[in-house]
Amino acid sequence: MNQYETVFIMHPVLSEDQVRETVEKFKGFLKAKEAKVLHEENWGLKKLAYAIQSKRSGFYHLMEFQADPQLIEEMEVEMKRDERIIRFQTIKMDKHHIQFAKDRRKKLQKS
Amino acid sequence: MSDLDTGSNQSEIRYLQPLKIDTGKRQKFDRFKRYDIKYVDYKDPEWLAQFLNEQGKILPRRITGTSLKYQRKVAKAVKRARTIALLPFVTDNLK
Repeated sequence: MNQYETVFIMHPVLSEDQVRETVEKFKGFLKAKEAKVLHEENWGLKKLAYAIQSKRSGFYHLMEFQADPQLIEEMEVEMKRDERIIRFQTIKMDKHHIQFAKDRRKKLQKS
Repeated sequence: MSDLDTGSNQSEIRYLQPLKIDTGKRQKFDRFKRYDIKYVDYKDPEWLAQFLNEQGKILPRRITGTSLKYQRKVAKAVKRARTIALLPFVTDNLK
């Protein structure tokens, strides 16, 4: 059970509940495969640094979870198939990263 | 002392020892060691921007003064930030 952190960008034209539905879809996907979602952040609509699929902005979402390695490949195939998601990146977290994320969560909760 | 005939209107003052011109060489330091930062976060573009020049290219170590170990982490973090469009690949007015 490694710890991963996924950031994905959703199409800017989506309505609010479509965004939530996409996020729920992947959270459910993870929960169904007994992965543990530790933390979630929705950065909302942000301007992109460069155009992706000729779009200038997108809904960012961050998910931090613990899962088995083979689950990542399935999730990424699912994300590739889903046309609402225009970009995703999964990072395996090493011990410094995990410590950093824990401190960040504490800071977020405090503020 | 042989008279240096440089042809230009050489000033009359002759300095015995070379002028000590301070070239403003401030001591560069490895910010990761000093502030004890262990992890370079790729999700924070403002903080990463200090390692980039105006065109968004990664600054070399001789300019930023970071050690090799953390320069690699910074490079990896910048490249990750670029893939999720937090940092541009190339731009003209990053600052």
